[in-house]
Amino acid sequence: MSLYLFAPGQDPGPSFFELLRRIEPGQGPIWGAPPPQGRSPSGFEVRHGTTIAALRYASGVVMAGDRRATEGPSIAHRSIEKVFPGDRYSAVAIAGAAGPAVEMVRLFQVQLEHYEKVEGTALTLEGKANQLAQMVRAHLPMAMQGLVVVPLFAGWDGLQEKGRIFTYDVTGGRYEETDFHATGSGGRDAKTTIKLGWREELTRDEAVELAVEALFEAADEDAATGGPDPVRGIYPIVATVDSGGFARLDDGEVAERFAAVLHRRERAEGGGSR
Amino acid sequence: MTMPYYVAPEQVMKDRAEYAQKGIARGRALVAVTYDGGILVVAENPSRTLHKISEIYDRVAFAGVGKYNEFDQLRVAGIRHADTKGYAYSRDDVDARSLANLYAQYLGQVFTHEMKPLEVEILVAELGKSEAGNRLYHISYDGTVVDEERWTVLGGDAEVIAGRLETAFAEGWTLAEAVRACVGVLAGPDRELSATDLEVAVLSRTNGTSGGADGRRAFRRIEGGELAALLSGPGAGG
Repeated sequence: MSLYLFAPGQDPGPSFFELLRRIEPGQGPIWGAPPPQGRSPSGFEVRHGTTIAALRYASGVVMAGDRRATEGPSIAHRSIEKVFPGDRYSAVAIAGAAGPAVEMVRLFQVQLEHYEKVEGTALTLEGKANQLAQMVRAHLPMAMQGLVVVPLFAGWDGLQEKGRIFTYDVTGGRYEETDFHATGSGGRDAKTTIKLGWREELTRDEAVELAVEALFEAADEDAATGGPDPVRGIYPIVATVDSGGFARLDDGEVAERFAAVLHRRERAEGGGSR
Repeated sequence: MTMPYYVAPEQVMKDRAEYAQKGIARGRALVAVTYDGGILVVAENPSRTLHKISEIYDRVAFAGVGKYNEFDQLRVAGIRHADTKGYAYSRDDVDARSLANLYAQYLGQVFTHEMKPLEVEILVAELGKSEAGNRLYHISYDGTVVDEERWTVLGGDAEVIAGRLETAFAEGWTLAEAVRACVGVLAGPDRELSATDLEVAVLSRTNGTSGGADGRRAFRRIEGGELAALLSGPGAGG
């Protein structure tokens, strides 16, 4: 570790990613490294994270992710975290190969904070979303080898005074969603659930409950998505971002929402077992 | 081929030191003190955007006086060091001591080997888990590091201001008491400093634990209404 000083033309500016490239040429973060040519990562099972969802409500956004990671048909981890704060006013969730995904989030967090400290002001939400797109694009060579990482990004836009959601594809394409999105292996079921329950001007509590219900439905249909686990006390991670910033809900509140969803479900089914 | 004139090394060092001291003495001073909730830094700085005090990492802050472009370059280098170290190891492995040593090394190197020494004096402060863990490293233009106990003064008129601060300092004082005392000490008996002449920031143990933040980042600027309120509180002028 040394003091990194650069000549004016060489300066990486406020980008931490650029700084890493300058000080360790060719080394970079693990997911940015060129993969071995012509081989797919067969012969070993890659740990995968699955369902994540985000939806907008009247004064912010809710982001939620289940806790299961799988390696092929087996459960690799029961309490992995897939929803993270990007910085104070944003959240990022990941689906796909867990190793590179978690590393990408770690680098993204440092990138945002680094920019904020060097420049003295934080990036706009749009700027943060574009930064993440660049990271996803840099990851493309590994995605071609099967290590796909697809993040979901949401945050509070202080300029527009509203919550916004951004989705990505493996090529680094960045798309803004108007109201909600879900991705991962159970994403389809989660998205349908949200679609049916979503309306303009949801309250925070309603939005949280809808997110929890979406994950419940996803876990019901998708083997790779973990449902609530009251025995071990493991619940999905649910976070909100509003004008006050990122806040992760405590497990107690998520458990309560689950109980409410289950209760409603029991009544609808009339106690029958289907 | 022309031979350079012989100049005694003592003379070279003395000239360089004088040059650097002159540059630093032209700038306004800055004081840093510990208080019951952390570390307070107060600088005389009429600019709202060209900061003298900045955040380096979760519990580490930077302050510089002298030539702005020179200490600002050091500030950015400090952030780069801290962020790469925290990224490679862990957030808890980033500390003020190793950064202070790097700065000292660099300043010493420039002072002895370059044409022009850097006209800066810098402070690296680290907030401890308790008051005993607080660190204040005061680094001079020639790379001399001083590990200060409870307070330090940087910049022009430092000795006079240090004399005033010595008597004003009170162990375990509150933020409001410390801010008012520091402002009084910077202003001296013949002047008044208002909120617009000041740049104030803290490394606070209770920072950001509400409003969604996790309290990891201890650095916070005290500006505008909050600063005015602190300055005009009960017992103002002390």
